[in-house]
Amino acid sequence: MPQKILLVEDEKALQKTLGDVLEGEGYEVLKALDGQAGLALAKKEKPDLILLDLILPKLHGFEVLKQLKANEATKDIPVIILTNLESMGDIEKAIELGAKTYLVKANYSLEEVIDKIKKALGK
Amino acid sequence: MDFKKILSQLNIKATCKRYDLGLWKCPQFLFLIMGMVIMATSLITYALGTRYIADPAIVLLIVFILTVILFIITFSITRTLEGLAEANKLKSEFVSIVSHQLRSPISNLKWALEALSSDKLCQLGEKEVEYVDILEDNTKRMGELVSALLMVSRIEQGRLPLRNQKFSLENITQESIKQFTPVAVSSNVEIKLEISKKPLPDVFGDPSQIRLVVDNFIDNAIRYSKEKNKIAVVIDKRGRDVLFSVKDQGVGIPKKDQKNIFQKFFRSSNALRYETHGSGLGLYIAKSIINMSKGKIGFKSEENKGSTFWFTIPTK
Repeated sequence: MPQKILLVEDEKALQKTLGDVLEGEGYEVLKALDGQAGLALAKKEKPDLILLDLILPKLHGFEVLKQLKANEATKDIPVIILTNLESMGDIEKAIELGAKTYLVKANYSLEEVIDKIKKALGK
Repeated sequence: MDFKKILSQLNIKATCKRYDLGLWKCPQFLFLIMGMVIMATSLITYALGTRYIADPAIVLLIVFILTVILFIITFSITRTLEGLAEANKLKSEFVSIVSHQLRSPISNLKWALEALSSDKLCQLGEKEVEYVDILEDNTKRMGELVSALLMVSRIEQGRLPLRNQKFSLENITQESIKQFTPVAVSSNVEIKLEISKKPLPDVFGDPSQIRLVVDNFIDNAIRYSKEKNKIAVVIDKRGRDVLFSVKDQGVGIPKKDQKNIFQKFFRSSNALRYETHGSGLGLYIAKSIINMSKGKIGFKSEENKGSTFWFTIPTK
């Protein structure tokens, strides 16, 4: 059984690129374009890892993270924040709410992000 | 101007904060100070007038005319300054919003091109690889420019996040040299790291921001070097600080341009001839980071002989 990764990202271009590359690496990729759909999919599918953007339609990434951590079924799923916001306040808040890692898209190459994902999944 | 607006302008501290200006640079505060100066001038004029002019009506008229003239001049100057402050604030906000909005599409482009060129999705032919390389190079340049603009807008708004932690300047310098070695090799330039023999103490500051300064100095040294030149990167202890310097044998900076070298968007005349790419923001950002890190920054340079750029950073 391949490991499941949930990608909550409203940028379709990024979702496509990251999704294709992760599928190429042998993962099963679930995709959601907004916070609400992401949260619902996480509860239903219980993925092994969640990649979460912060600025999302319908439900902000912080709210998604808060609700994921408050739910018994999803609280142990590692969450990697993948965003272009990079204020110290946002980083601290994400870590405080229980995010495993905080990655600023502009500062990482695709390869580096894939490495972080593999590490988070214990590979 | 309605009454509500006048009332809100009376809250000087809030208005100055809105413009991101200190009190002594804030038009509203300066208007208040000038108001006091005008009152004092009027009183002095009245006191002197009553001593030398017999008719009190003439004295009062002179004081009145003087006060009105001074008030009108001060009001005009303040309004102009206020306009400038507002324009400056709008410019910073504009740069900040545009940079933020540009970051997402640039990240998307960067990752899509990386996926395409990494052979993870498909095999590209020789010609396609050349074109993808062009796209990647230009996306990288756009990304760097947007990051630099965003950084400048954060510096100007006083919102640049700076951590204060202990770290080894030697380690980040070695990482930086490792990153730039391929570029140096392809430019036929040699980078040599010289570290004083005594063990160097750790320094205090934000390692990721100081790394930007180290990268900027080394990058500039390579860009403006000629073939077969040597670049000496030196780290040494200086009193309570650690001194970092990069010495090159490159094109140098003409004397007339030296006073402007840390100014935003400034590029020296020979730099423009030698290397057309560049935003003129790197050294401005470097200076801002070093100043905020309680260090000092400087350089010496001679045209056609080379430059030495240095900074210090505290160990406590």
